[in-house]
Amino acid sequence: MNAADTPLLQSTPPQPCRIRTFVRSLRPADEAAYLITLTAAGSIFAITSLVLFELFANSSFSRHKFGWSFLFTQTWDPVAGQFGALPFIYGTVVTSVLALAIAVPMGIGAAIFLAELAPPRVSNALTFLIELLAAVPSVIYGLLGIFILVPILQNYVVPPLQSVLGFTPLFQGPFYGVSYLSAGVVLSVMIVPFIVSVSREILISVPKEQREASLALGATRWQTTWRVVMPYAHKGIYGSIFLALARALGETMAVTMVIGNTPQVKASLLQPGYTIAAVIANEFTEATGDLYLSALIELGLVLFAVTFILNGMARLLILTTSKYSVRS
Amino acid sequence: MNHTARKKISNVVMFALTGICTLVTVGILFFILGYLVWNGARALSWSFFTQLPAPVGEVGGGMANAILGSAKVLLVATLIGVPIGFLGGVYLSEYGGVGFSFIVRYMTDLLNGVPSIVIGIVVYGFIVLRQHHFSTIAGGVALGIMMIPIAVRSTEEFLHAIPQSLREAGMALGAAKWQVVATIVVPAAIRGIMTGMLLDLARVAGETAPLLFTALNNQFWSPGWTHPTATLPVMIFAYAISPYEDWHRQAWAAGFVLLTLVLSVNLVARLVLAKSQPIHRG
Amino acid sequence: MTSADAMNRPSPDSRFGENGAGGANPSTAKLSVSHLNFYYGSVQALHDISLEIPPNRITALIGPSGCGKSTFLRTLNRMHETVPIARTEGTVSLDGRDIFAEDVTVLRRKIGMVFQRPNPFVMSIYQNLTYGLNVNGIRGKRRVPEIVESCLQRAALWDEVKDRLHKSAHDLSGGQQQRLCIARALAVDPDVILLDEPCSALDPVATAKIEELLLDIKRERTIVIVTHNMYQAARVSDFTGFFLMGKLIEHNPTELLFKTPTDAQTEAYITGRYG
Repeated sequence: MNAADTPLLQSTPPQPCRIRTFVRSLRPADEAAYLITLTAAGSIFAITSLVLFELFANSSFSRHKFGWSFLFTQTWDPVAGQFGALPFIYGTVVTSVLALAIAVPMGIGAAIFLAELAPPRVSNALTFLIELLAAVPSVIYGLLGIFILVPILQNYVVPPLQSVLGFTPLFQGPFYGVSYLSAGVVLSVMIVPFIVSVSREILISVPKEQREASLALGATRWQTTWRVVMPYAHKGIYGSIFLALARALGETMAVTMVIGNTPQVKASLLQPGYTIAAVIANEFTEATGDLYLSALIELGLVLFAVTFILNGMARLLILTTSKYSVRS
Repeated sequence: MNHTARKKISNVVMFALTGICTLVTVGILFFILGYLVWNGARALSWSFFTQLPAPVGEVGGGMANAILGSAKVLLVATLIGVPIGFLGGVYLSEYGGVGFSFIVRYMTDLLNGVPSIVIGIVVYGFIVLRQHHFSTIAGGVALGIMMIPIAVRSTEEFLHAIPQSLREAGMALGAAKWQVVATIVVPAAIRGIMTGMLLDLARVAGETAPLLFTALNNQFWSPGWTHPTATLPVMIFAYAISPYEDWHRQAWAAGFVLLTLVLSVNLVARLVLAKSQPIHRG
Repeated sequence: MTSADAMNRPSPDSRFGENGAGGANPSTAKLSVSHLNFYYGSVQALHDISLEIPPNRITALIGPSGCGKSTFLRTLNRMHETVPIARTEGTVSLDGRDIFAEDVTVLRRKIGMVFQRPNPFVMSIYQNLTYGLNVNGIRGKRRVPEIVESCLQRAALWDEVKDRLHKSAHDLSGGQQQRLCIARALAVDPDVILLDEPCSALDPVATAKIEELLLDIKRERTIVIVTHNMYQAARVSDFTGFFLMGKLIEHNPTELLFKTPTDAQTEAYITGRYG
C-alpha cells in the first residue's frame, strides 16, 4: 500500500496488507457519514432560507401596496383595507423600553452582587435559580400577569403613582389594568434572567489583576467594581442588554394577555396598546383577504429584521469584550 | 465627613442595593412558583387529566385532549429537531470545512433569533396553506424548527469539549473517522448532548405562539396527525382570556401541570450538567 | 561566575547592622514583621517570619518557586484579604502601627503595589494615573496634572507619552505599561512600594530601565521587591531576604548574603544547586 492509494481526505494511517480490504470497505461508510451530516447541516441552511423566503414572498402584496409608509401609518383598519404598522411599532418600542428600564438596573445590580460579592457556591446556586426563571413559559407569565400583576398594579401601584406623577403625560387617564405599563412590567421580569446570566459571566471573566491593581491603590471594593470592572466589561454588558431587548421585542403571549390589544398610539403608559407580536397572534387566524394577511406577515418581517440586527450587534459586543494582552 | 468614611459608607450601601436586586429577582421565582402551586394544585382533579373540555360556559371537564395533543406535537418536534440538530452539530464539530461551516453557524444563530410567532407564520405559509387545514404535524414542524438551533449548538459544544487526543487515539488504532466519531467521541459527550436536547424540548413544550396558527386548537380529541389539536399552552391561553370563572380555574391547573413538567426537566437536566462543570470564580 | 562577581557596588550603610535574620534596627525599621504565620485554610504557607525592612532602601526577597515570597509580599499591604480562606497570625507594623488595625484603604495608599504582569486599566494613560487620586479624594485643577507629570517623569515615561496622555494605555509596549503602573502607584505618594516580580514579563532593555528607576525612587521611599532573578537582586537591592518553603532562612545586607551567606541553604540556592 503506498501513498497513491490513499485519497487526500483519508484519515486512517496505512494498514498492514491483511486488513486492507476491511479498511477499504469502511471508506464508503466514511463518505456516507459525511454526507448524512452534511445533509443535516444543509437542511438548516434550507430551513433558514425558507423562513426568509416565506416572509418576503408572502408579504409582497402589502409591501408593494404601502411601501415604506407602512411603517409610519397609524391607521389599522381591516375593514377599509388600510394597514399601518405604527401603533404596533410604537407599542413594541414602549413596552420594551419600559421593560429595559426596570430590568437593566435590577439585572446588573444582581449580576454585580453575584459576580463580585457572593461566595462562589452561593453565587452558583442563586444563578441557577435565576436561570430557572428563563425556563418559565411565556403563557404562564401571561397567566400571572392577568390575574396577579394587573390587580396589584390597579390597587397598590398605580394610585400612588398617579398621585405623585399624574401630572406627566406618562401617567394620565384612567387605568383599566391592561396597558403598556402592565406589559412592560411583565416583560421586565421575563428578560431579567438574561441580563443577570450574561452580565455575571462577563463580570467574572474580567481578570483579577484589574481588581487587584485598583484595590492596591486604596479603592474600596465598590469603587473597584464600578470604576474598573464595569468599564472593562462594558461592551459585553451592552451585549447582554441587546440580547434581552431582542427577547422582549419578540415576546408574544405574556404581552398579548396584558396589553389590551388596542391599536392606538397613546402617550400615557396607563393606556392599552398593541405590539407587533401580539397583533399577529390575535388577528392572524381571523384575517380575511390577502391584503390583511399580507400586512400581518409584513409586520412579522419587520419584527424579524429588527431582532436580527439586535442579535447581531449583541453577539459582536459580547465576543469583542475587552481582551487586552501585553506586548513586550 | 471625610473622604475615607464617605467611600466606605458608599461601599456598603451600593453592595447592599445589589443584594436587594438579587433577592428581589430570586424572590420573584419563588413568588411565581408559590402562586402556581397555590392556585393550580388546588384546581387539579382527576377529571383534569381524563376528561375533555365541557361545552362553553359549562362548569367541569378537563384537558385530556390537550395533554395528548401536546405529547403528539412534541413527538413530531423531536423527530425533526433532534436528528437535524444532532447531525448538524456533528457536522460542525467533526467534519466542517471552513466556509460552509461558517455559513451554517451563522444561519443557525439567525434561526435562533427568529421570534417564535414568525416561525408560526412561516410554517403556516409552507404547510397549512398548502394542505388547507391546520394539523398536529404543522405544529410539530414549527416546534421542531425552533428546536434545531439550540440542539445544534449544544451538540457542537459538547463534542468540542472532548479532547482531540481521544480522537487521535482512535485513529491511531486504525479506526475510520466515522467509527471514531460514532463509537468514541459521541458516547463520551452523550450525557451532555442528551441533557441539552431535553432542555431544548422543555423549552419548546411551553411555546404557545408558533402553535396558534399551525396546530390551532380543538375542543375534542384530535384523530391522527392531520387535524388541528389542543395543546396545553394554547388551552391555557384560550381559557385565561375567556370570561368564565371555571375556565380560569382550569387555566391555573394547566399552568401548574405545564410548569411542573418544564421546571422539573430543567432542574434535573441542569443539575446533571452542573455536576460535570467546575465551580466558577473570577 | 560566582555570586561575588555580580557585586560591584559599595558596601551597605553600617547603621543597619550586619548579622542574622534582621539586618535593621527595629526602632528605625519602616515595616516590621514579627512571628508572621500565614494559612490558606488549613495549609500553612508561611512559618514564623520575622524581619525588619529598613526605610529608603531596596529589600529584595528571593527564593525558588513556591517558597512563599509573593505570599509574604502580599501580606504587607493586606492583598491576601481578597482570598477568603487566607488568614494570618502575628504582627506587621508600618512605622510602628499595626497594619491590621487601620483601615485597609488608608493602608494601601501608604503601601503601593506593582504586579508581575502590567495591568493598566482600560482607560487613557492620564486616567490611569488619576485613578488613585480619584478614589482617595485628591482633587485640584492644577494639582492633579502636576502630580501626573511628576509621576510620569519619575517613571521615566513622560517624554514617551506626553503627547498622547489621553490615548489608551493599552497602546503602550509591555515595558512602557509596567512603567505606567509604577507611575500609577507613585501618584498616591506611598511610603512603601511593593513589587512582585515586576520584570518577569519584560525584555532585558525594559528590565534595565525599571531597575534604574527603582534605584532613583528609593531615595524617598522604601522598596520591597520579590524577584526570581538572583542577579537582579544582586544588582539592585541593599538587603536581601532568602525564603525557602515558607520560612525566612536568611536576611542580610545584599553583599553579605551573596558573598558570605550565613546559612548553608542560602549558599546552595545562590550557587545554583536548586532553582
